[in-house]
Amino acid sequence: MILQSIRFNAILLAIFALITAIVLASTDALTRDRIAESEREAAQRKLLEIIPIERHNNDLLMDVQPIPERFWDSLGLKKGGNIHIARQDGLPVAAIIPTLTRDGYSGDIAMIIGINFDGTIAGVRVTKHRETPGLGDKVDLKKSNWILDFNGKSLVKPERVGWDVKKNGGVYDQFTGATITPRAVVHQIAKTLEYFSADIERLLAEAALVNQQAQNEITTQ
Amino acid sequence: MSEVTATDVVKNGLWTNNPALVQLLGLCPLLAVTGSVVNALGLGIATMAVLIGSNTIVSLIRRHVSDAVRLPAFVVIIAAFVTCAELLMKAFTYELYQILGIFIPLIVTNCAILGRAEAFASKNKVGLAALDGLMMGLGFLAVLVALGGIRELLGHGTLFADMHLLFGAGASTWVLRPFGENYSFLVFVLPPGAFLVTGLFIALKNMFDNIAKNRADAEREKVIKGAKRVRTTGHIS
Repeated sequence: MILQSIRFNAILLAIFALITAIVLASTDALTRDRIAESEREAAQRKLLEIIPIERHNNDLLMDVQPIPERFWDSLGLKKGGNIHIARQDGLPVAAIIPTLTRDGYSGDIAMIIGINFDGTIAGVRVTKHRETPGLGDKVDLKKSNWILDFNGKSLVKPERVGWDVKKNGGVYDQFTGATITPRAVVHQIAKTLEYFSADIERLLAEAALVNQQAQNEITTQ
Repeated sequence: MSEVTATDVVKNGLWTNNPALVQLLGLCPLLAVTGSVVNALGLGIATMAVLIGSNTIVSLIRRHVSDAVRLPAFVVIIAAFVTCAELLMKAFTYELYQILGIFIPLIVTNCAILGRAEAFASKNKVGLAALDGLMMGLGFLAVLVALGGIRELLGHGTLFADMHLLFGAGASTWVLRPFGENYSFLVFVLPPGAFLVTGLFIALKNMFDNIAKNRADAEREKVIKGAKRVRTTGHIS
């Protein structure tokens, strides 16, 4: 008797779960492309915020270099990513590097960090986060100007120990009620700067190569 | 369950039993996202859509689900609708989705939704249940938007800012600045402002209800006065 009712209810719930799974899977399939497109558009807007159109004249979304696999870990990237190169008349001005920290308060915080080829930061933007509204979400430029503090900073200004929130002896402000989020962001920016200084030679060489190819194409045409 | 008419359902949802002002359900999103009209509208519409959907489905299956698995089944339905709403918002209103963040998935935990499924939809016909979802959703949406409007106006000094997040690029000119450019009153931006304004709303609603009740009482007394002219032996009520 009891077994029968357990079996009946279990089957009922299983059917429910199955129908729900089908509905969710189809919604996901229907919206996936649109979501990717929306994310791309948002990303492009963010790229232009970091390196404004006056500072470059190439297509930021197209001028990309894949990140070598050995750096994925320190940049927090699971599936790799592309570095966007900004050029003025073919000469590289800055690189925009995607990075992700898993130390956020609720889930991953994805960022893009623009670094000029002299090693200073051109700008940082948070592209994806689920931080607490009103507290941790101040890392988003829409909520607060905090993220602009990084403009012009580099690995020598402040020195490496300064790359932390004030609570931990660094130079960057934390927010009232939220230390975890800004700390995660500050640490990840420092890591990205370190990656950049380790990989700058290769980036410049690749960028020059791409530029040369483009020049060759123009001359052969 | 006695007969419930459509008029009752409308009245209940919008006023008498308003989810936000009377049942005080779903206060977490209510207080958290009502910093501006566009946020309130976005979450309100999402919540309303979920309410209508879950009420309809719950009513449709009300005879086929045994008591033992009723609640888990309802939760699965609601969670499915919320996830769909989340994916759709992500696809079509990406920036608003980013602003509302965690509060979209959190619609699942809005007690108003499970409450309506359990208290109304599981006991009533599909049409009424859907109407109940719509009206409860509208009641919730109305309070959200009013709250958002007042907080945006008093806190940021703007009204209808960033509406393009919901209605496309043309709507970015809708913004009004009645107090000039640099106005800001932090209390109304922060959570305490939400509490203050919500409290004020509840007080106002109670005040209106009292006035209406007093007026109705006065009417009734008049009727009794007039009725005395008729000679009767029984008790007139």
